[in-house]
Amino acid sequence: MEKTMEPALAVSDLNVEILGENGAFPVVSEMSLSVRAGETVCIVGESGCGKSMTALSLLRLLPDGARVASGSIRIHGEDFLAMDRRKVEDFRGDKIAMIFQEPLSALNPVLTIGEQIAESVRQHRRLGRREAFARAVKCLELVQMPDPERRARQYPHELSGGMRQRAMIALALACEPKIIIADEPTTALDVTVQAQILGLISDLQKRLGTAQILITHDLGVVAEIADRVIVMYAGRRVEECSVYELFENPIHPYTIGLMGAVPHRDRSKAAPERLTDIPGTVPPLWDLPKGCAFAPRCPGASARCLEERPPFIEKKPGHFAACWEHDNA
Amino acid sequence: MPDAAAPLLSVENLKVHFAIRSGVFQRQVGEVKAVDGVSFSIGPGETLGLVGESGCGKSTTGLALMGLVKATEGQIAMQGAEDVTQMRSIPRSYRRRMQIIFPDPFSSLNPRQRVRDIIRAPLDIHGIGTIEERRAEVAKLMSLVGLRPDQADNFPHQFSGGQRQRIGIARALALKPDIIVCDEPVSALDVSVQAQILNLLGDLQKELGLSYLFISHDLGVVEHVSHRVAVMYLGKIVETGSKDTIFTKPLHPYSELLLRSAPAHDPRQRHKFSAVSDDIPSATRKPLGCAFHTRCPLATDICRQIEPRLEHKADGQSVACHHR
Repeated sequence: MEKTMEPALAVSDLNVEILGENGAFPVVSEMSLSVRAGETVCIVGESGCGKSMTALSLLRLLPDGARVASGSIRIHGEDFLAMDRRKVEDFRGDKIAMIFQEPLSALNPVLTIGEQIAESVRQHRRLGRREAFARAVKCLELVQMPDPERRARQYPHELSGGMRQRAMIALALACEPKIIIADEPTTALDVTVQAQILGLISDLQKRLGTAQILITHDLGVVAEIADRVIVMYAGRRVEECSVYELFENPIHPYTIGLMGAVPHRDRSKAAPERLTDIPGTVPPLWDLPKGCAFAPRCPGASARCLEERPPFIEKKPGHFAACWEHDNA
Repeated sequence: MPDAAAPLLSVENLKVHFAIRSGVFQRQVGEVKAVDGVSFSIGPGETLGLVGESGCGKSTTGLALMGLVKATEGQIAMQGAEDVTQMRSIPRSYRRRMQIIFPDPFSSLNPRQRVRDIIRAPLDIHGIGTIEERRAEVAKLMSLVGLRPDQADNFPHQFSGGQRQRIGIARALALKPDIIVCDEPVSALDVSVQAQILNLLGDLQKELGLSYLFISHDLGVVEHVSHRVAVMYLGKIVETGSKDTIFTKPLHPYSELLLRSAPAHDPRQRHKFSAVSDDIPSATRKPLGCAFHTRCPLATDICRQIEPRLEHKADGQSVACHHR
């Protein structure tokens, strides 16, 4: 991608908070990211790290009780957070769309697949019912749904998990948005179906040149599909770099810990007897430690790590991380 | 047969069929053969990984072993026990030697019970030891699985997911079983916590000489923990062998597909995943002949008509395929 190209989606200094009983606490802090056309950025982290909240805020779909406290989201240069509701609804589906994790709960159970896609098309395009339905069938063809004519007339419960996820993707692509946010799109699927859906997502991106943000907890999925990766922990970015750099030279102890914690097949090395586990658990977001949020679990934490939060800075060209100890190492 | 190589547990021809009922009179209109003639054995201190996708019957196999769903047919034998027993009525003496860890540590612990009572329940049920002994045992079990015994009075909601899974493991260990059915024990956990639990299970196996039937859909996890592996597809074991043979030279086309589908964890060796959807059957509409023929690149006429039997090949590897 050319460096001069304007990013399709640019987020800067985004802070999202949840209003709890004892006041507001941050769930996403100082989040910045940008995605260009044709690029896939993966946000990876464990439950509660703020990755899904980031995704929802990008579509202004945050649940009640959560709100964007500050920051900006620009879609094709336009300020998304400043838009009124009408404009947001115009943008959603048309310019930016989302693929959810659980298609069975994200799809409407009382409308056929075809009706749902047609409904979304008619929201944004001046098309008649019949034309919109024909467009829906075309979308289902695009996602390689077997027997699309028939499937368009079926309800979500009549489809298998893999087909539902295809329908979900077809729905997201119906108006040819230039930005796709996918939140754990293959987590609910069996591994053989996951492979098909990952194949489909990357095929479609090559053909349509969309900018993609993919949220996942699975480093295997990251390795298969990402161009760039952001690792999140306790609501913050802890590392960001190209996917190759991440797997070859990870900097942050949390990233390194995650890589060692996943059992996976690497035939070039002898199988490890034990996995490197990360002791303890993720701290609750309403009670974060004072310094680096990872310090209490970190094997290399110093006194400074417990006191002061490390800044998220460029450690090597194109490779960002938030860690004090890396500089000393 | 007191033989050194004798398996600790052997299961022959296990079947679990569920009736499909419908209409006002709840007449039986069909049958789901969730588990349809599964045989396996597990040696002392051995982990058998049972791997397959959702609906293949792997969890039902584990539940039937524990008597938590009723087997339709099948025999079970345990080392040291006199006879082969029908799976339909597993005696208490067997059950005491087999315990289970459930997949979801949030729903498998009673939220109204204190941890102490949860872990003690198996001892109460089987009437082991005095009250004092039981109390001491609970403290011992808690430290064994890495929990602080002074948390015994807490309720499950006061623990994280990983800690709850440790409570489940302590409960399973209470009766000093020979074998533990681990039903997707880490699938609900975050990866960093998953590693803690897998390491704990490994340590316990070494320390106590436990055998595991380790049920999982995650190939990475199964490869990490297993000595031997059985691959299940729609109610049947289609291939079994040592971990190394299954993961390096699988014979069944389904095992090959599974391994091919697992993400590589190396961005320089990405797969070319095909986006094409294949015809995935379910246990309620199982194809005739070989159940995998609708998805199999090798399928021929014989596969559509005759179901292949699990046949022994080499190196303890068995496969159910007409073409291998």
